[in-house]
Amino acid sequence: MNKIVSYVRSLFLFELLKGLSLTGRYMFTRPFTLEYPEEKAPVSPRFRGLHALRRYPNGEERCIACKLCEAVCPALAITIEAEPREDGSRRTTRYDIDLFKCIFCGFCEESCPVDSIVETRVYEYHFENRGEQIMTKDKLLAIGDKYEEQLAADRAAQAAVR
Amino acid sequence: MESVIALWNALPLVVQILLKIVVIMLPLMIMVAYYTYAERKVIGHMQVRMGPNRVGFFGFRLLGLGQPIADAVKLMFKEIVIPSGANKLLFLIAPMLSIAPALAAWAVFPFDAELALTHINAGLLYILALTSLGVYGVIIAGWSSNSKYALLGAMRSAAQIVAYEIAMGFALVGVLVAAGSLDLRQIVLAQQGSLLHWFWLPLLPLFVIYFISGVAETNRAPFDVAEGESEIVAGFHVEYSGMTFAVFFLAEYANMILISALSSLMFLGGWLSPFQGTALESWFDWVPGILWLLAKTLVFMFLFLWFRATFPRYRYDQIMRLGWKVFIPITIVWIVVVGLMKVYHTPWWFN
Repeated sequence: MNKIVSYVRSLFLFELLKGLSLTGRYMFTRPFTLEYPEEKAPVSPRFRGLHALRRYPNGEERCIACKLCEAVCPALAITIEAEPREDGSRRTTRYDIDLFKCIFCGFCEESCPVDSIVETRVYEYHFENRGEQIMTKDKLLAIGDKYEEQLAADRAAQAAVR
Repeated sequence: MESVIALWNALPLVVQILLKIVVIMLPLMIMVAYYTYAERKVIGHMQVRMGPNRVGFFGFRLLGLGQPIADAVKLMFKEIVIPSGANKLLFLIAPMLSIAPALAAWAVFPFDAELALTHINAGLLYILALTSLGVYGVIIAGWSSNSKYALLGAMRSAAQIVAYEIAMGFALVGVLVAAGSLDLRQIVLAQQGSLLHWFWLPLLPLFVIYFISGVAETNRAPFDVAEGESEIVAGFHVEYSGMTFAVFFLAEYANMILISALSSLMFLGGWLSPFQGTALESWFDWVPGILWLLAKTLVFMFLFLWFRATFPRYRYDQIMRLGWKVFIPITIVWIVVVGLMKVYHTPWWFN
């Protein structure tokens, strides 16, 4: 009896019509598509994008050359050289991140005791020449200066859970 | 108006025929171009995407309507690579062989009661012969490419087309028994009366089998093992590029339009109005028959896309089983049934 029922069902293309009705219904739903350059997906405050080095409000750079980020970096993307400054404070003379090596894990940001190295929400950038992928200290500080407001707001929003 | 007719009659016959061919081919080619666009749009929306929507005209996006033209221009400027081991002559002939029958079949196609390029009384036979020729393009393409994948694709496609050609032929035998004629115009006129007189109802199994075989004939999903990209890359046209590839593409879509048009001609009453024999008939008298034909054809063309968006590809042995062990027996049985219906006039309106 079951065999007859299944024969009749396959003869009348029952399953196929069911499938067609499903795709037919989906045709009239709204597409999920985000038209990227015009529309952008919301970005989390924890987003791990392009790196930046932050400063204190008085303009002094935060980084104290403790090299924790260099040590924790699983991709060995960070290179730091440091020397005492004339005023005796410990500061970096060189702070390079190789973005080709970086895997954007965010460990550097987590390990930083002074919230100096951070990852911004920026994910649209490109390089046109070999060597540009090395983010030097100057470049990182410039990015930090540019997005300081956003960075401070994101850190404040996450303060309770960090 | 009279001067135009006089001018027309003054033209040599060859020029007249060429002009008529252009009048048929030009809209067909535009339809093929926008069919590819419609395919991407429809399947996109069925997958909750948008499909192409960037390329427009004069700086306006216009829902991406410029896409097929951009594609065509790109393909025209691409290099035609001929593999070093390929048979050059056959390699270049194959795409032409596959598109020529798809276009030549339109020669006898009646667009309206009196509107056809030529009128031959065995039109159905001519169309059957030409659509069968399309397989040579595929086989020669696969053979001359001198590539394993292309050869495998060609073999699969040939076996499949042969299997479904038989079911298709039997389905058409049912039509010609019901209409009592091989003449395409007579076949449509035999369906006159009302929506119920159209052959889709008395020949329902043949109608379904004809259309499914048509999908298999054109190597479209879910019967597209000939190009199964997961196992044989792109099948018979792996080695083709640029315009030679574009011609295969055109042939595939032209064949789909042809199958759609033939299904509407033979089972949905061609250019006949669907309101015939109802109270609404006189309201729709002003609609030219060719528009009804176009509307019916578009329904079938949409079905091709709908199938592709819905069904996964058949396994090869299942395709063979469906063709040989399901379709052919059903068509043979139904030909007998049609004969009996014809003799005993059942249902009563069927003559």
